[in-house]
Amino acid sequence: MTAAQQSPATSNPTHPLNVIVATDCGSTTTKAILIEKVGNEYRQTYRGEAPTTVEAPFEDVTRGVLNAIAEIEELSGRTILDGDRIITPNQAAQGDPKRGVDIYVSTSSAGGGLQMMVTGVVQNMTGESAQRAALGAGAIVIDVLASNDGRLPYEKIERIRTMRPDMILMSGGTDGGAVTHVVEMAEYIAAAEPRPRFGSTYRLPLVYAGNKDAQPQVNKILGEKTALEFADNIRPVLERENLAPARNKIHDLFLEHVMQQAPGYKKLIEMAGAPIMPTPAAVGVIMETIAKREGINLIGVDIGGATTDVFSVFGGLFNRTVSANLGMSYSISNVLAEAGLENIMRWVPFTIDEQTLRNRIKNKMVRPTTIPQSLDELQIEHAIAREALRLALIHHKSLATGLKGVQQERTISDVFEQRTSGKTLIDLLKLDLIVGSGGILSHAPRRIQSMLMMVDAYEPLGVTTLSVDSIFMMPHLGVLSTVNEQAATDVFVRDCMVYLGTCIAPIGQGKDGERCADYEVALPDGRIEKGTLAFGDLKLFSLTRDQQATVTLQPSKQADLGEGPGQSFTRTVKGGVVGLMLDGRGRPLQLPTEQAARVAMLTKWYQAVGLYPKGN
Amino acid sequence: MAHSYTPGLTVTERTTVRRRRILPLPGSVLVQVGDSVRADTAVARAELPGKVVPLNLANQLGIAPDEINDYLVKKEQDSVQKDDVLAENKPFIKWLKTEIRSPITGKVESVSTITGQILLREPPRVLELRGYIDGAVAEVHPDQGVTVESTCSLVQGIFGIGGETSGELVMGVKAPDQPLLPEQLNPSMKGKVVVGGAFLPAATMARAKELGIVGLVVGGIHDKDLRALLGYDLGVAITGTEQVGFTLILTEGFGTIPMAPKTFALLSAHAGQKASISGATQIRAGVIRPEIIIPHSGPAAVTKVAQAEREGIQLGDPVRVIRDPLFGKIGAVSGLPSELRAIPTESEVRVLEVRFPDGTTTVVPRANIEVIEGA
Repeated sequence: MTAAQQSPATSNPTHPLNVIVATDCGSTTTKAILIEKVGNEYRQTYRGEAPTTVEAPFEDVTRGVLNAIAEIEELSGRTILDGDRIITPNQAAQGDPKRGVDIYVSTSSAGGGLQMMVTGVVQNMTGESAQRAALGAGAIVIDVLASNDGRLPYEKIERIRTMRPDMILMSGGTDGGAVTHVVEMAEYIAAAEPRPRFGSTYRLPLVYAGNKDAQPQVNKILGEKTALEFADNIRPVLERENLAPARNKIHDLFLEHVMQQAPGYKKLIEMAGAPIMPTPAAVGVIMETIAKREGINLIGVDIGGATTDVFSVFGGLFNRTVSANLGMSYSISNVLAEAGLENIMRWVPFTIDEQTLRNRIKNKMVRPTTIPQSLDELQIEHAIAREALRLALIHHKSLATGLKGVQQERTISDVFEQRTSGKTLIDLLKLDLIVGSGGILSHAPRRIQSMLMMVDAYEPLGVTTLSVDSIFMMPHLGVLSTVNEQAATDVFVRDCMVYLGTCIAPIGQGKDGERCADYEVALPDGRIEKGTLAFGDLKLFSLTRDQQATVTLQPSKQADLGEGPGQSFTRTVKGGVVGLMLDGRGRPLQLPTEQAARVAMLTKWYQAVGLYPKGN
Repeated sequence: MAHSYTPGLTVTERTTVRRRRILPLPGSVLVQVGDSVRADTAVARAELPGKVVPLNLANQLGIAPDEINDYLVKKEQDSVQKDDVLAENKPFIKWLKTEIRSPITGKVESVSTITGQILLREPPRVLELRGYIDGAVAEVHPDQGVTVESTCSLVQGIFGIGGETSGELVMGVKAPDQPLLPEQLNPSMKGKVVVGGAFLPAATMARAKELGIVGLVVGGIHDKDLRALLGYDLGVAITGTEQVGFTLILTEGFGTIPMAPKTFALLSAHAGQKASISGATQIRAGVIRPEIIIPHSGPAAVTKVAQAEREGIQLGDPVRVIRDPLFGKIGAVSGLPSELRAIPTESEVRVLEVRFPDGTTTVVPRANIEVIEGA
């Protein structure tokens, strides 16, 4: 069964889609939303959630789905369930519009999501391409094996045996090139006799997307031992990457093999009117759609309890990475381990001794569902979130690159520019929009807190718009867009995206208090705000989403807004629930190292934008 | 949400536990349903495939990969001893002869004429799975393992490190708020599980290792001491395979936190008895908490397990506050307001009221309390 073949009767339902229920089965919570057509537009109307039930004692994901939908039933007064069945279609035609829904769709990352191991021949060429293909399909890549990864053959075999992935993606070699290395890797995989994570009776799915000339040999070695599928080479020639066929094959195998083994998923697949998508793949669909529709470059981030996903679309090229151990609860202690205590402490506007802070972070790790009760606890979590976001972006930049190992034609004018192949695609000066999602960003008590967390972590340059997902419904909308794009777009624009505002940040550094730029902001009511933005200043102007302001900046010689140092700059910008932020703190952002000065600086910034309640 | 509280840790004098003992790969089960087993009884056995050692013969002999069959002395599936000749060339001048010898004892698993590689596999290793707890075999999972059942006292911890072990339970302190100091440990505690109170300093851990103590159970430790013990900063709470010389179980959390009186009293009451402990912790989906199981003596018998399902949180339930500023305090639920309340962070959340033993009450987010189960 392929994705296209699944539920053919319901994938393209003949009845109109006026009432839609969608769920996202996360690793801890299953979130359901109800979407209804009101007049000519679709709106998200109710939501419900319940603990995910993949694990014992239930071991049936549909229980959590039904519980979450039951909560929507209670809140909306609509009958959706008939026992364990979702009533479809809606009974409006029968005179009972409050009974049933027209379609049910779902995404899933429960049970740890899709965990893959990928192999290539050269680590930063086919190894990276394979990694990008798997990540783009919504997988967590648990290891990248390559002929030149520095591990001895027996170490590779041991690793393959112990990792127990859900699926393996093999790549390597260009079409028509040498087959030896990729066949050697197939031999290692065969020797390891890899077993899948779930279920002991089925064979591990393996996608081979390497040199097509090696297919017969790979088939001979692995055909019996794995559920082997072939896809077009992801790197047919050195200069071109061809990820789509491998990604599609991964999606098919995910539905066909992996999900069939997870508890209750057979039933879930039958219940749904469209193929179940891995959660990150659905979020990726939404990100690509926004970028395409608006013709913009964007970065999206979903910071969860265990992992942080980063998506980017630059110049139409989509990339996704997942930092598997950067998160705000299960993985919070790993953020401390990776960022280091000093980097976290630099965002905390008070002093706290190391031992207390370390113990608090570990206590959050062992009791991940607790919430900050006092303001200082909230500030500490926000500090950790900044570091998790920052580290995840560094990781993303390292993988969202141009192709490595490609020969470049150089002219005499390139002599002074030491550009190498494989340069990151992420250019913050060309970035138009940052979309934030995940509990810490979506549920921050004040929206300015989400905005400043993202600004501090990403240090956007020039003009950047920021937004958050209101209640975490991008996965639902991603999968919905595959059956009804209008419904997904309507809800996305009206109920999902909360525009926070625009941040304008000059590049450059200067002494605190020194002139960074003179500004003139022409507000929609006709007022003109004029003044000087000093280095170290943060200024916030009230400007709503439906308002525009024309901003003119005359930077000092050390400051640059993308037009060159000291060059004047004028732009019309939109607002949001927070407004327009002028960030004169300098790029790269530097904080005082001395503790008292750092606390004073943070306090000044936080007060300037009303980050926390007064008196703190 | 109907269940917006953290399911708590069980601390109970009498319960029936079932533990699945499953081999990492199919093997043979050594016991039958109804058999009595002890913690150290082997219940199942499997052969773990030996290590694979690849050798590239084509490279070493300087020949093309598709020629290697002509040079092989040992064929696929042949047994080999260490230093046996695997392949050799036959030059006209014997000084130029090259012999490739086996670096291991085992067998030839495969020969590839594409890569010129030969894969050797070491003999399998026998793995014996132990019963872990004293009890009876409740179920046999053919070729995979068994489920052992035991009537016992059970204490679940919040976090642990180290694997399964067992030993006599011995109290290292007199009260739950006392720290376990190095001088409270002595050589008679070798092979035993020592219970401390509020805190375990690094020096006590070092002394425990020296004395051969198999397990330590305490209220809390400092994160920096854990880091020193492990040699790295633990990022994600998935543990159980650490080898630090003993198994460590925290009942409360990180910091100096007195052990809950109920936990301390239960462990004290069973001092001198044998306990099976495991530090394995996994705090993601499919939560695994560390545990102390004290099997009750008497003939082991398989019973039907009837587990009561909790119906959410109730007035009077004993609870533990699990977040600062009142972290570790224990009280009882005295109010369950249904409306959302604003807390100092400005978030609006569901809360409950807790009455502490001194009669004071406070309002805490429901997410920040843990029910003490098994009361």
